[in-house]
Parts: sequence; structure tokens; C-alpha cells
Amino acid sequence: MKLRDYIDKIKPNFEKGGKFEKLHSTFEAFETFAYTPNTITKKGSHIRDAVDLKRTMIIVVIALLPALLFGMWNIGHQTSISYGLDFGFWQSFWFGFLRMLPLIVVSYVVGLFIEFMFAQIRGHEVNEGFLVSGLIIPMIVPVTTPLWQLALAVAFAVIIGKEVFGGTGMNFLNPALVARAFLFFSYPTHMSGDSVWISKPFHYAGDAVTGATPLGELMAGHSTSASALDMLIGTIPGSTCETSVIAILIGACILLVTGIASWRTMLSIAIGGGIIGLLFNAIGANDYMSVPFYYHYLMGGFAFGCVFMATDPVTSAQTNCGKWIYGFLIGAFAVLIRVVNPAYPEGMMLAILLMNCFAPLIDHCVVKANINRRNKRALKAA
Amino acid sequence: MSESTKVTRIKKGFDIHVAGSAQPVTEQPTAIKMVAVKPTDYVGLTPRLLVKEGDNVKAGSPLFYDKNNEALKFPSPISGTVHAIVRGEKRALLRVEIEPDGLNESLPFAVKDPQALSAEEVRAILLQSGAWTLLRQRPFGIVPPPETTPKALFISAFDSAPLAADYDYMMKDSMADFQTGIYALGRLVSQIHISLSPSRQSDPTLFNSIKGAHLHYFEGPHPTGLVGTQIAHIDPINKGERVWTLGVQEVAIIGRLFGSGVYRPDRTVAIAGPVVEKPHYVKVVEGAYIRDLVKTTEDNVRYISGNILSGTTITEDGFLCTGANIVSVIPEGNQYDFMGWLMPGLKKYSFSRTFLSGFMKCSCGKNKRYLERCTINTGMHGSVRPLVVTGDFEKVVPMDIYPLQLLKACIIGDIDLMEQLGIYEVEPEDFALCEFIDTSKTEIQTAIRQGLELVRTN
Repeated sequence: MKLRDYIDKIKPNFEKGGKFEKLHSTFEAFETFAYTPNTITKKGSHIRDAVDLKRTMIIVVIALLPALLFGMWNIGHQTSISYGLDFGFWQSFWFGFLRMLPLIVVSYVVGLFIEFMFAQIRGHEVNEGFLVSGLIIPMIVPVTTPLWQLALAVAFAVIIGKEVFGGTGMNFLNPALVARAFLFFSYPTHMSGDSVWISKPFHYAGDAVTGATPLGELMAGHSTSASALDMLIGTIPGSTCETSVIAILIGACILLVTGIASWRTMLSIAIGGGIIGLLFNAIGANDYMSVPFYYHYLMGGFAFGCVFMATDPVTSAQTNCGKWIYGFLIGAFAVLIRVVNPAYPEGMMLAILLMNCFAPLIDHCVVKANINRRNKRALKAA
Repeated sequence: MSESTKVTRIKKGFDIHVAGSAQPVTEQPTAIKMVAVKPTDYVGLTPRLLVKEGDNVKAGSPLFYDKNNEALKFPSPISGTVHAIVRGEKRALLRVEIEPDGLNESLPFAVKDPQALSAEEVRAILLQSGAWTLLRQRPFGIVPPPETTPKALFISAFDSAPLAADYDYMMKDSMADFQTGIYALGRLVSQIHISLSPSRQSDPTLFNSIKGAHLHYFEGPHPTGLVGTQIAHIDPINKGERVWTLGVQEVAIIGRLFGSGVYRPDRTVAIAGPVVEKPHYVKVVEGAYIRDLVKTTEDNVRYISGNILSGTTITEDGFLCTGANIVSVIPEGNQYDFMGWLMPGLKKYSFSRTFLSGFMKCSCGKNKRYLERCTINTGMHGSVRPLVVTGDFEKVVPMDIYPLQLLKACIIGDIDLMEQLGIYEVEPEDFALCEFIDTSKTEIQTAIRQGLELVRTN
């Protein structure tokens, strides 16, 4: 094969003593992108599973695609409605694509540049983790987010959220959520309110049309203007790619069928959110509490966070039992923060970040139970 | 003794189906060119030589002993001449090669009905003949120190690993020796547990008439056949306890010693794998030169003494390792794979459902035929990464253990944590399936061995 011959020809330049020795990690990243390496086992298990981290990550990216594609269409669709433009299907999609593309490009370019740099300095190989994080970040911000803010947030997430702890696998907070939290707390006017969710048409000089998200409406004491069906399908204002619960559920199916994300985490989040939702329904002290509990599944980032972010294996609880507790509390806190907290309309991001912090503690307790069981058995035998 | 007919059903784990299992045909090679005894087969052994090149030895003559335990003598499996003493780096003894003289002479040991012997007499004969070195102790996988007695002895009488050897077929002519061996060991150990799996056995009644041992029945996917899994379900090892493990053929060798007074480590070994011309069984002596007994259909292959999940690579020197029931031969996987991570990979073998083969967990005929056509080779199929994915190891370790946490404790070398998480209950082979399915391509069995050695030497 010609490409292989070419790679083999230039490879010595990047190895120790070669001209571009310093770019070894970069070369390795591209080489293993093109070809699964020819390394073989030495001892231990002589055969290895065909799966590797690249395979795992690409499946997650594929699972994100339905939400991404729907999100692109919805960006155009929302603009079309708000500004009375009467876009067709492809027009809406094309408009959204052009709005979304710069966000994705900035996220990948900034994030991967930092990842490559760190890999290079440490002499590590470049990790695939950012393929997913880098796509998720533009999917969970308002479409009007300025690119420079996004770039800062990505840099912050990769450096402070991940690399300072040693890179992929060592971080304790979900990097994509770190980016979002950074934006949320640094530039609150760009991240919430009614004016950030709908993109202006190109070459439009007039005032921006506002469009409120269901969470924003409830927060303001109104009832939601969108029906449950609208929220399920996702034809409502919101962060770029997290409005369509159906598209997210397609992604969830891909993750569950391939076994990449934990069904325990997803299910327990739904249970936790549902129970607290029902509890509020029973109390019914104000209008927000009386919102049907299943609305919480449909509004804001609940579904997206549940499927794609809480299930991140690095920052979630690692034991199966721990995943139940971790998920349940995420669901519960997300609804709790939404309903009783006066400051933040969305609770999912904070709930996941909070439970990311507690995940190691949950695991510690679960493992401790195993240790106690073992000690007890030893005492009984003695 | 009591015989429970209760069947323990194990759900966790999975079978790896590889084409080329050995057919029930045994060849007796005319002459074995060379036999080797390798100190490297034993954990924690510091050998001190007792022979030099040119010495004549008989089967049962000690070749070297353990510096830390002079009573542990490692015997020659055959009579002949010491042909070479091979050393590696820092003059570490790699192997003692013996050229067989074809006379089959053995050192004579006192023959007596083992049931009439005392425990100490049995111990003395085992140590004197070197047959003691067939025993393995858990924790640590070492040859048990001579003065110790375990709480129990565990024997797995079936194989569930890929290309599994048929123990019933291998043992059908040695059952009298096996029974004698159990009687002898029964003088030394109060509890002997033999584990069976009727659905995996070609002759499920073969071991049923064995006396002097508890029989246990297991059903389920690999690693059900691993003795570690069986111990965990029969009588788990606690801190401070020791148990012994022994293979079925080793029991027969010990039986032969007590039955006829000679140390004769003959064994039947399966030669199997997708690239073996006619997978079959051979009858050879322990440590035999094996390379010229195997005919392969390809050149770029790897010979493994033991199964493909935890066996030892047979290098150019070509000798069997101690305790092996199988020589597995599989293709090397040193080829590049264009966009391997992105392609559908219909012919790729995986536990994960990111490939089609991952959906075929049940071993019904159609799935098995499909899986046997999938690619099995020694390729890593990916680059080494930090441990990212969680929740998978738990699916293949049927013990009350948190495999990921124990592995991490081993990697960071935290002895207290290892102890708390159950390091005494495991051997590297119990983690072989974890190593196979691991997305991060970590050398898990090596890490577990290092953890065990760290605990043992402290």
C-alpha cells in the first residue's frame, strides 16, 4: 500500500535521533490514526481483544451524531421561526451547519493543540479522549457563544480540568462540563437569559429576537410555552445540540447496545430525577414544583448530561454498585437545583460536577464493604 | 467421602472459541531429542546447581535445589547426560539440558501402599524424589515450602480455556495412578477438592468413582475451569492461610511414584491451534523439546506452552514448560491494519459489542462457527493507554473481588491495599480474561505477578 510505504519512509525522521524527533508524539498520533499499530503481545495474554480506546471513542462520536445533526437543523429552524424567514429543511440545516462549524473547529483546534503539546512535552502518546470532549463542548453551549470565549473555555478545561492531573484517565471532573462551567461563571450574560439561544441570520443588523428555553420560562415563573412533544422532538430554543431528546435517545441506544456507557448510571439518573420530581409534585408548593415530573427529562440538558456526560467512565463512579448511587444522586440533585435554587435555571451541569467530586468517595465506601466482608470471612475461619 | 451433586453455576466470564482443538489421537514420538528443566518456570526460585555438563543422570536425580530452601530439589525428568547448562543475563541459570540416553532408568524410591504411610513418610518421599516440586501453593504460586501443610488441595479436572485440552481423554489410561496419587496426598492434606464440569467433559463419569476427595460440579464459561475460580466458590483463601493446587496429570505422576517407586513425569500434551496441521495429542516427558513435533500451515507463528491466555512463549530453544497440558500455536499479529479502529471489523474477535463478534456470547453452534472464523493472532490491536474504561473487568472475574481496584493497588505497589482487596486469592491467570478484553492494553498479568512478588518478599 502506498500510504504505508510513505509512512515507513518518513518514520525514521521522527524516531530517536531523527530530524523531527521532537514531533514524535504528533507523528505517532497520525500514524496510529491511519493504521492500527503492528505491535504484538510479549507475555501474559498472547491474544488481545480487537477493541482499543480509539474504537471506544469513535463509537461515542457516532452516538453523538444524531444530536449534532438535529442540533444543526434546529439552529436554522429557530432562526427561521424567530425572524420569520421561512427556511426550508436544507436551508435550516445549512444555516445551522455554518453556525456550528466554527464552534467545532475552534474547540478541536484549541483542545488538540494543547493535547499534542502536553503529549510532546511529556513524551506520551496523544490520547483519544479529546475526540469526544472536543465535540461535546460546542454541543452544550448557546449558539451565540463568542469564539474567543469558547477557545478560552476549552483551554481552561483541557489544562486545568485534565492535563494538570496527568491527562485522560487521571482527571476527576468531566472536561466538557469544566468548559461549560467556566463559561457559565465567567460570562453569565452570554450563557443564560433569553437572548443567547437564537442565532441571528447572516447580514442582519437589527435587534436580536429573544427566545426563552423552557427552563428559563419556569425560572421566571411562567409555564412552558413548548409542549412536551416539542421538547421530546427538540424544536425549541436551547443549547446547540441538547434540545432533542429523541436524537439523544438514539445516541443512548448506540452506547447501550455497544456496552460503552453504563446502563446503571443512565437508569439510576432517571430514577433519581423522577423520584425527586414526583416528590415535588406531591408537595406542589409553587408552580415549578407542580410541573409534571417527566418534564425534567425533556427540558434543558438532563437527557444529554445523563447519556453523554454522567456516563464518562473516568469521572463517574467506577464500581457497579457505586454507579447506582452516583447516578441516583445526579438525577436527584439536578431536579433539586432546578426547582429550589433561585440562581441557576439548569441543575444538570452542577449536579454532575458535584457528583464527579464525590464519585471517588462513593467507590471508597463500596470497596470498603468488600474489604469488610473479606475481613469477616477471615475472622470466621480463624 | 461426601459427594455433593450440587452444581455451582457461574455466569461471569466468557469462552473464546478458536479453531483447531486437538482431535483425540495420540502420537508417541519415536525419540525425544532433548529435555530441559527450567528454573524460570518457578516463581521465586534461586537455583543452585548440583550437576555439571557431561554428568549422567537418571529420572529423579536432582539437578538443582532452591538456595532459600535446600530441601526443594528439582529432579531430572529422564535418564541421560547433562548436555548443556544455559545461562542468561548476570549468569542467571536459564535451563539444564539433558540428552536422553533412551535407557529410561530411574532412581528407585521405596514402594509402599500410600494408605499405610504416615504423613511424614509421604512428605519425605515427595521431597526426596523431587515430585514435591509439582505442587503449587496459593498465595504466590510458589512451590510450597517443605515443612508446610495447607488447609486444602484443589484440583481442576477440566479445562475451559481457549483450545481446551480434553482432560478425560488425556487421563483415561492413568486413572489408577490418579487414585493412588489422591490416596498419597490424602495422607498429607485433610481436604482434597476435585472440580468437574459434566457439560465440558468427554467422559463425565471418569472422575466420579475417585475416592478420598470431595467432588464439586461447576458449569459456566471460562474461567470456570481455572482452579482460582473454583477455590473462590468452594473455600476462599483468607489472609494467613495456604492452599495447594495440582494438575490432574501431576496427581498421576505422584501416583506412579507411590505405585511403582519411580519418578516418571510422562504426560499427554495437546498440540492445538488454527495453524497446526493436524491438531492432536502427543505423549512426551516433562520439559521435552517440542518444536519438531509440531507441523504448522504457516511460518509466522508463535508456539505457546500452555493456553493462549496465560501460557509462556516457547522461544527458539523450543522446550515445554513444566505443568503444560497444551502447546498452542497461533499466528503472529505483526501486521498493520488500515483504519482498524474505524472499519466494521466483521472478522475481528472482541468481547466488547463494538464489533459484531461481541454480540455472540452464547456458545451455540452458529455463533461458535462464526467466532472460530474470526481472526486470532498475537497483535495488540491498539496502543497502550491509561485505564479509562470501567465496569468490564467485573464481567469476567467470577470472584468476590474488585478487579480494577486490585489491579491499581498492584500497579502502585500498596501492600496493605492489595491484602485488603484479596491479592492472596488470585494468580495472574485469574486476570487473563481482563487482560484480553482490556481497552487500554495494560499488561495486567505482569502487574498482578509483580504485586504478588512484592507482598511475598515483604
